[in-house]
Amino acid sequence: MSMRQMELEVMRYDPEQDEKPRFQKYSVPCVDDWAILDALNYVKDNIDTTLAYRWSCHMMVCGSCGMMVNGEPSLTCKTFIRDLPDHVRIEPLANFPIERDLVVVLDDVMEKLRMAKPFIIRKDPPPEDQEFIQSRAALYKFKQYTMCVNCMCCYAACPQYALDSSFIGPAVLALAHRYNIDSRDQGKSERLNLLADHDGVWECSFVGACSEVCPKSVDPAAAVQQMKIDGAKEWWKQKLGGGKS
Amino acid sequence: MSRHPYVRPVSKTTWYMRNGRYKRYMLREVTCLLVGLYSFLAIWALAALAAGPNQWAAFLKTQQSPGLAGMHAVMLIYFLVFMTFDWFKLAPKAMAVQAGGKKVPDRVIVIAHYAAWAVISLFVFWLAGVL
Repeated sequence: MSMRQMELEVMRYDPEQDEKPRFQKYSVPCVDDWAILDALNYVKDNIDTTLAYRWSCHMMVCGSCGMMVNGEPSLTCKTFIRDLPDHVRIEPLANFPIERDLVVVLDDVMEKLRMAKPFIIRKDPPPEDQEFIQSRAALYKFKQYTMCVNCMCCYAACPQYALDSSFIGPAVLALAHRYNIDSRDQGKSERLNLLADHDGVWECSFVGACSEVCPKSVDPAAAVQQMKIDGAKEWWKQKLGGGKS
Repeated sequence: MSRHPYVRPVSKTTWYMRNGRYKRYMLREVTCLLVGLYSFLAIWALAALAAGPNQWAAFLKTQQSPGLAGMHAVMLIYFLVFMTFDWFKLAPKAMAVQAGGKKVPDRVIVIAHYAAWAVISLFVFWLAGVL
């Protein structure tokens, strides 16, 4: 197992002492098959116990260890030392306020998640004493969107969210789309009214960075573009169908 | 312990310099200015055409001047590189096509776009008497 001395340049921010963030360097003896998260854990355990960051599962499921690694939004548990140069700069996820060190404030996105109504809405009563039947093809329509772990790397990559945080943003829109195209759901019009509004899909200018950085290969940019088409269709339907809106 | 979240400033004018991905996006978006410029050119051409054969011939001559011919060449290449290639690459995102219960791979949709482009171009060339 080969070792490598790495220099981690980590953004630090202590809300009680610092006016603004600063960088602190740590020299870390890294094993080649470590992820950045292991290197941070080494710092926390052996060099500086005051370093604050989030993590939990170390296996790309909890979505809590998202950070900027050399400027790229990344899940630090799947960003490996062997793929990086000797000097690595680690910052909290971009576009979010910094709570402390590498921990960001996610309240805004949590609130928006609620708005997307990420659950199955039924107008007809659900089938009694039996499960919803869904074909494999119907499942494949939305399956990729269920892989989202809410790591918020897509928000850190989105320049639209950076410039205007009232934009609902990629992960929440992708989640809404996931339910809109679920054959068991009947709540599409409820969600579209909200999400096709000013701060919804039309704020997206299709940079596509969200999909490029997603560590789970979800494609929020696709969801947003497809919702734009749905929104436009719905708008025409309402106009032609006697202004139901 | 008190909370004082720190909000990092984002430049409204230079945000796209942050990485290559954003720069590429801006290069694609800025083609809209050239589209605008080309619509003026089309209006100019139509006006010349309506004004008679002499004015049309004069218009064609101005387009062949080295400056304007160079501009046409640069614009054509620019449109091809950033507009066509980038939009074709992005097209599968807006098209969730399923076949046999599975999603049609992105590359198939992209190739179909190039094929359609080729067919339509051939038709236009044929219509213009080039072929």
